[in-house]
Amino acid sequence: MDTSRRWFLRAGALWSSTALACSGRSGAPPAEPRAIGAPISGYGSRSPFERAARFVNRNTKAPLEEAASQTPLHDTYGIITPSSLHFERHHSGVPEIDPAAHRLTIHGLVDRPLVFTVDELKRLPSTSRIHFLECSGNSSSEWRGGSSASDVQRIHGLTSCSEWTGVPAALLLRECGVRPGAAWVLAEGADAGKHDRSIPMQKMMEDALVAYGQNGEPLRPEQGYPLRLLLPGWEGNANVKWLRRLKVMDQPAMSREETSKYTDLMPDGTARQFTFVMEPKSVITRPSGGDTLPGAGVHEVTGIAWSGRGAIARVEITTDGGATWAAADLQTPVLPRAHTRFRWLWTWDGRDALIASRCTDETGYTQPPLGELVAKRGTNSFYHNNGIQAWRVAPDGTITNGNHA
Amino acid sequence: MAITRSWLVLGAAVACSATLSRPPQLSASPQRSESASQTPTYGVGRAPTAAELSAIDIDVAPDGKGLPPGRGTAAAGKDVYTRRCETCHGPTGKEGPQDVLVGGQGSLNTPSPQKTVGSYWPYATTLWDYIRRAMPFDHPGTLTADEIYAATAYVLFMNGVVGDHDELNPQTLPQVQMPNRSGFVADPRPDIPVKRKP
Repeated sequence: MDTSRRWFLRAGALWSSTALACSGRSGAPPAEPRAIGAPISGYGSRSPFERAARFVNRNTKAPLEEAASQTPLHDTYGIITPSSLHFERHHSGVPEIDPAAHRLTIHGLVDRPLVFTVDELKRLPSTSRIHFLECSGNSSSEWRGGSSASDVQRIHGLTSCSEWTGVPAALLLRECGVRPGAAWVLAEGADAGKHDRSIPMQKMMEDALVAYGQNGEPLRPEQGYPLRLLLPGWEGNANVKWLRRLKVMDQPAMSREETSKYTDLMPDGTARQFTFVMEPKSVITRPSGGDTLPGAGVHEVTGIAWSGRGAIARVEITTDGGATWAAADLQTPVLPRAHTRFRWLWTWDGRDALIASRCTDETGYTQPPLGELVAKRGTNSFYHNNGIQAWRVAPDGTITNGNHA
Repeated sequence: MAITRSWLVLGAAVACSATLSRPPQLSASPQRSESASQTPTYGVGRAPTAAELSAIDIDVAPDGKGLPPGRGTAAAGKDVYTRRCETCHGPTGKEGPQDVLVGGQGSLNTPSPQKTVGSYWPYATTLWDYIRRAMPFDHPGTLTADEIYAATAYVLFMNGVVGDHDELNPQTLPQVQMPNRSGFVADPRPDIPVKRKP
């Protein structure tokens, strides 16, 4: 033991002097480590050279009740969001929950109310599915034109995509025996404010999951550890985290979150309620606001597209502000209600350009220009902006928010 | 009104499909009807005790179901509000710094709508439910039922919805008519032409 440690130290010392010698020589290839590296570890961490992080606005006056952090979409690849970078939106902070003490209770209009431990849920038939999760307030800054300085993370970073593992909610509800007349299920969290939403029974029976896994490991605390509801394609806040209770009912509870919040105010003063589905949307993540192109020539344009109604069928790219569109390549797998990666090779001529993507899903819905949504809904509905995002490329290569006039 | 009717329609449709549709992965389960005679398939989990249920069954429905015994008036609620609510919501409920609770009636169809309890919330029961569930923000669950009835009454009084000596209790609270009760409509999306030429 002693010998090997001394050997390790000596090797380290040797490496330092070698590194010094190499760096002093001009034109030499970059030095690669010749010393023994770090030992094995129980839980991995990323390279210290990597810095991508969720955007946490420290200057905001927004109360903790409105706490949110955004995914660095610009710095993620493929379709899976690392769990550590999944966006956050909490209504009363992240609770610390001991999974051994946590229970899920199902009651109300059922024949047999049941209490499950987390371990008991893990004994039941499970399923894993890849789905995006998007906050209904994502992209809300753009209703009034946004800021020219804003980037893809700050505008659109309230969407993420994970592989979720859990028990179908339908299985649990059947185990309890749903009674005739049951039409809604109240889902409630164990956080300080007991966040709750009423979910139509049809969705619960169709594809809802009581999830305990995210990207191959247990849910992160910020994502609802140890249990959350997962409603594929539906607005984030309805996917209740830290799930402790499902109550089967004949009517919605009309909780605060489904009346005074998460309702969409229209210009005539009425408000749309139970606007669950996230409509088709796409955004170019590279190049995007804040980037600078080094010069004219070939640049890969890439981004993500997703739809709460199904799979993405097509993504198109414009570089002339929407006058003409060209089909982008879709990276497989293309999954329903999941982020889909698209790519398109652009040869930039070095002049002013307004670039954007628009997607079409399997239902035939094509993502609209933001102006069409504003014409219909005004600028006070706040939620559910799925309009096209434009980026303005200047001749010097700098890129800014093209939604800003 | 429109939304009440559409819930009924949706409710019926939902009940129907819940009975008819079964995901394929469950087809191996023993055939059974969705009636009281059905038996559990997996036998996992246990029945909650009455005490366990009452400790977590905290939601209050618009018809008042779930409201515990108790009572309160705005006159009594002023004291509760001053002690437990004013720091965040301001002396008259209009100042903040957190959510504005009072005012805004008639503003919803203007360029600067103000969504408050008085201008926007469709049910008084929701206010009671939310105060018990989540307020005060840093100490949820510390108000008595009487204090919640009183605080609810005071916020409604400041909005001109109830009088200062109107008693709120499990019977009267669901009867309170909120100004924006009929202000909500069902989700009409897609609400724009969706088909475009590639």
